[in-house]
Amino acid sequence: MWYALMQKSLCYLNLAGKGVVIMTADILEERKKSIISSDFCCHGDGKGISCEKVSVSGSVSQRACVYCGARVVLNPITDAFHIIHGPIGCSSYTWDIRGSLTSGSDLFRNSFSTDLKERDIIFGGTKILETAIDEVVAKHDAKLIFVYATCIVGVIGDDIEAVCRAAEAKYNILVVPVKAPGFSGTKSQGYKLACDAIMKVIMPAFDGSKIPGSINILGDYNLSGEMWIMQGYFQRLGIKVNATITGDASLETLQTASKSVLNIVQCAGSSTYLAKRMEQEWGIPYIKVSFFGIEDTSNSLLRVAAALGDEAVMKKAETMTKIESSKLQDFLTKYKPKLAGKKAAIYVGGGFKAISLIRQFNELGIETVVVGTQTGQKEEYDIIRELSSPGTIIMDDANPSELETFMKEKKADILVGGVKERPLAYKLGVAFCDHNHERKHALSGYDGVKNFVEEINLSINSPVWELLA
Amino acid sequence: MLDLTPKEITERKALRINPCKTCQPAGALYCALGVHKCMPHSHGSQGCVSYHRSVLSRHFKEPAIATTSSFSEGACVFGGGSNVKTAVKNIFDIYDPDIIACHTTCLSETIGDDLNTYIQQMDIPEGKLVVHCNTPSYVGSHINGFFNMMAGFIEYLAEKSETCNGKIGIFPGFVNPGDMREMKKIAGLLKADYIMFPDTSGVMDAPITGRYDMYPKGGTKISEIRELGAVRKVVALGEITEQEPCMVLKRKTGVDSDILPLPIGIANTDEYVMALARLTHAEVPYVLEEERGQIVDIMLDASAHLFGKKAAIYGDPDTVLGIASLVLEMGMIPKYMLTGTPIESFNKKAAALLEKYGVADQCTVKANGDLFELHQWIKNETVDVLIGTTYGKQIAKAEDIPLVRAGFPVLDRHAHALQPIVGYKGALRLVEMILNAILDKQDRVCADEDLEIVL
Repeated sequence: MWYALMQKSLCYLNLAGKGVVIMTADILEERKKSIISSDFCCHGDGKGISCEKVSVSGSVSQRACVYCGARVVLNPITDAFHIIHGPIGCSSYTWDIRGSLTSGSDLFRNSFSTDLKERDIIFGGTKILETAIDEVVAKHDAKLIFVYATCIVGVIGDDIEAVCRAAEAKYNILVVPVKAPGFSGTKSQGYKLACDAIMKVIMPAFDGSKIPGSINILGDYNLSGEMWIMQGYFQRLGIKVNATITGDASLETLQTASKSVLNIVQCAGSSTYLAKRMEQEWGIPYIKVSFFGIEDTSNSLLRVAAALGDEAVMKKAETMTKIESSKLQDFLTKYKPKLAGKKAAIYVGGGFKAISLIRQFNELGIETVVVGTQTGQKEEYDIIRELSSPGTIIMDDANPSELETFMKEKKADILVGGVKERPLAYKLGVAFCDHNHERKHALSGYDGVKNFVEEINLSINSPVWELLA
Repeated sequence: MLDLTPKEITERKALRINPCKTCQPAGALYCALGVHKCMPHSHGSQGCVSYHRSVLSRHFKEPAIATTSSFSEGACVFGGGSNVKTAVKNIFDIYDPDIIACHTTCLSETIGDDLNTYIQQMDIPEGKLVVHCNTPSYVGSHINGFFNMMAGFIEYLAEKSETCNGKIGIFPGFVNPGDMREMKKIAGLLKADYIMFPDTSGVMDAPITGRYDMYPKGGTKISEIRELGAVRKVVALGEITEQEPCMVLKRKTGVDSDILPLPIGIANTDEYVMALARLTHAEVPYVLEEERGQIVDIMLDASAHLFGKKAAIYGDPDTVLGIASLVLEMGMIPKYMLTGTPIESFNKKAAALLEKYGVADQCTVKANGDLFELHQWIKNETVDVLIGTTYGKQIAKAEDIPLVRAGFPVLDRHAHALQPIVGYKGALRLVEMILNAILDKQDRVCADEDLEIVL
C-alpha cells in the first residue's frame, strides 16, 4: 500500500479561469476528487466526481459496512428468523432500529444472535450455529431463516453455507446464508448479497405462471407505512401488487414475486441488482421510480401505467395524478411563503433519493446548495449535477468536517439526512429533517408531501431557534 | 407485541435473543470521548464505528465523533498496520486532536494485529499522543470495553511519582454526564481537589452555541491523566467496572483505590460521601445533609404506594446493583435482576444484597442473560414496574407494565443523560419516576370510582 501526500490542502475553485478563490476547506488530498462544484470540478480535469470507492482511512465517514447493507435490506421481512452469526455487537446495534412497519408478524422485531465468545472464535462457531438453528426450529414454527455472517466469521472461516444446507435438508424449510462480513467491500456489496438471498427465497416457488397486470414493488421498506401508501395508489388504479420487497414482506408474499409482469424499483441503490436478476431469470422488466415529491410521484404512476400497457389503467392514472396534485396546490401555496428563499443541504445514502429531493425542494422554491450521498453512482451524480443550480457543492462519502464546512459556506438553512447528521445540524444551528430510517412520518407519495413540507417548516421555523443568542 | 415469547422457559445453549448488552468497542469509544481533545479510533471495519457512533448519538442526542481504519479484505490478509498508520496521519492532519485513542474490534483482534508495535512505528507529530487498548467484542460487553480503555489510558499516560499532589482521583464508571456532574458536585462540597477520569460532562451534554465544536470544552485533560500517578487515592465507583483500571493504576504507579458501588440510592451515596470525607477530613456540609433528609422524607411518603411493589431491573451490572439497592431501601422487591454482561461477581453481589434485606428467595438474579428470558420470567410471574433500558419497552407494551428508563442505552427519550440517577438528587429523581410510572398506570386502569384526586 502506498501513502498519499498527507498535507493540509486548500481547494481552489476557478471560476471560468478568473482565478477567483470561492472557498477554502481543509480537505484530505485523497478526498479532493470526491467533492466538486456543480459548475466546475475541484481539480479541474473535467473528469467528474470520484465515487463508488472505498472510504479513506482516518476520515470520519458516515458509511457503514457490508453486513449493514445486507441487514437493512432483509430486516423488514416480517416472519423470518434473522440469526446473526457473530459477537453480540452486530445484532444488538441492528435490533429494531429500522422503523419498518408490519401488518402481520412482528417476529423480525426480535434480535437473534449466536453471541460468539472467545472459545468459539478459537475452536470455530459452526457447532454453535447449528445448535442455534436447532433451538429456533424446536421452539418456534420457523419457515424461513436468514443466517448472516459477520466480520469474524469471514476470518475464522465458518462454513455457514454448509450449515444452512444441512439445516434445510434436516427441517425442510428455507435456511438462507448471507455471507456478509463487514470488511469484504462497501455497503453496496451488502445490498447485492441481500438481493441474492431474496432470489433464493423466491426461486423455489417459481412455476411459470403469471398474473396479468400485476407488479412487485422493490426497494421500499415500509418506513412509517410508506409501502402501504403506494399499495393504496395502485389499488385505486386497479394494479395488483404481488410482492413488496421488503417492506411488510412475508415468506408467502415474497414467493409470489415471479408471477408479476413488471418490477418497480424505488430505492435504486439497494434493489436495482435484484430487478436485473429477476429480468435475467424470468424476463420481468423493471423501471426505476421515485415516490418523493409531487412531480416524481405523478410521473412514476404514469410510467407504471404506461409500462403495463393497459389503456384503462393509464386513463385512471392520468385522472388520479391530476386530482392529487391539484389537491396539494392550496396546501403548497400556504407554505411556500414560509419557506421562500431558504437553502437546503442534502446528505443521504443513495443518489436516486438525492435526485428526488432536489426536485422536491425545487417544487417548494427552496434552492439546494449542498448535496452528497454515501453510495451514489456515476450516472446519478451526472443527473444531480444537471439538476443543481450553479455553485452547488456535490460530495461523495462526505465526513462531518466537510459537511460542516460547506453547509456553513453556502449558508444552508436545513439539512436532510440520517441519524448521524442530526446532532451535527442542530449544533450548527441548522434545521433538520430525517429522511432515513428514523423518520416517523411517511414522506413518500402525495400524503408524504404534506408531511415533508410540514416537517421542514416545523424545523426551519421553530420558535426554539429564537432562543439561540 | 412479541407474540413469539412462550411462557414455558427452556434452556438455550446457543441462541441469544434480544440481548441486554452490546460489544466492547462502544464502551471504549464512550470512555475516549471523556478525554479532552481526544479522537477515538476504531481499528476495524467501517460498520463498527458507524454503529457505535449511532448508538451513542441516539442515547445522548449529541454528535459522537470517531474515526476508523476502514478495513478491507486486503487488510484482513496482510494486517491493518498500514490502515491505522494512514488513518493516524490523516486524523492529526485534518482533525488535529491532542490524542488518538485506538481500540480494536473482533476483526483486528482475530487477525492478530499488534497495535503496540504499530504505534511505536508510527510517525507521531511532536506533542501529540497515540494510545490503544484491546477490546475484542467476543469477550464480555461494552462495560469491559469501557474499563479496558481506561486501563489503556492509564497504562500509557499515568506517571509514577515520588511526591503526592494532594488530589483525589474519581473514577465515575459507565454513567451519564448528568451523573458525573452530580458526583463532582458532591466532591466539591466535601472540599475535594479531584481529578475525574473519564469525564464526559461538557462533552456529551454540551450546550448549543450555533457553532459545532469537534472537541467541546469538557473531558479529562491529558495532564490530569498523567497526574493520576501522584494522587493520594482514587475513589472508584462501580465495583464491577473499576477492578481492572484500579489494578493497572496500582501496578503502574502504586496508587491505591477505594472501590465502591455506584452511588445510586441512599446507602451507596452515603458510602461515597464518607469515603470522600475520610480523605478530605471535611465536615459534611448542611447542603448535603439537607438533600439527604429531603429524599428520605420523600421516600417515606412514597413508601405507602411503593412498599411491596415488584420491580424488574435490567441493564449494566453496576447500574442494576445500584438501582436494586435503592429499590430495596423503599421496601420494594427487585424481583428480577438481569444483566447481559457475562460476569460472575454480579451474581454474588446481587445475592449478598438480597440476603441483607432478606428477600433472596423471592428474587431471580442472572448475569449473561437476555431480555427474551426476562420476558418469559415476567410471563410466569409479573412485576409492577420495569426499570432499565429502552429495549425493555417491547416487554412493557406486551405485558402492560410501566417502564422507567435508566441506564444505557435509552434511545427513545430526551434529557435523561443530562440528569443524575446518582447521589441524593439522583435518588429523588428515580423515586419520582418510579412513583409516577406506577401511579400513572393505576390512574389509567382503575375504575372511575377509584380515581383519586389526592395520592
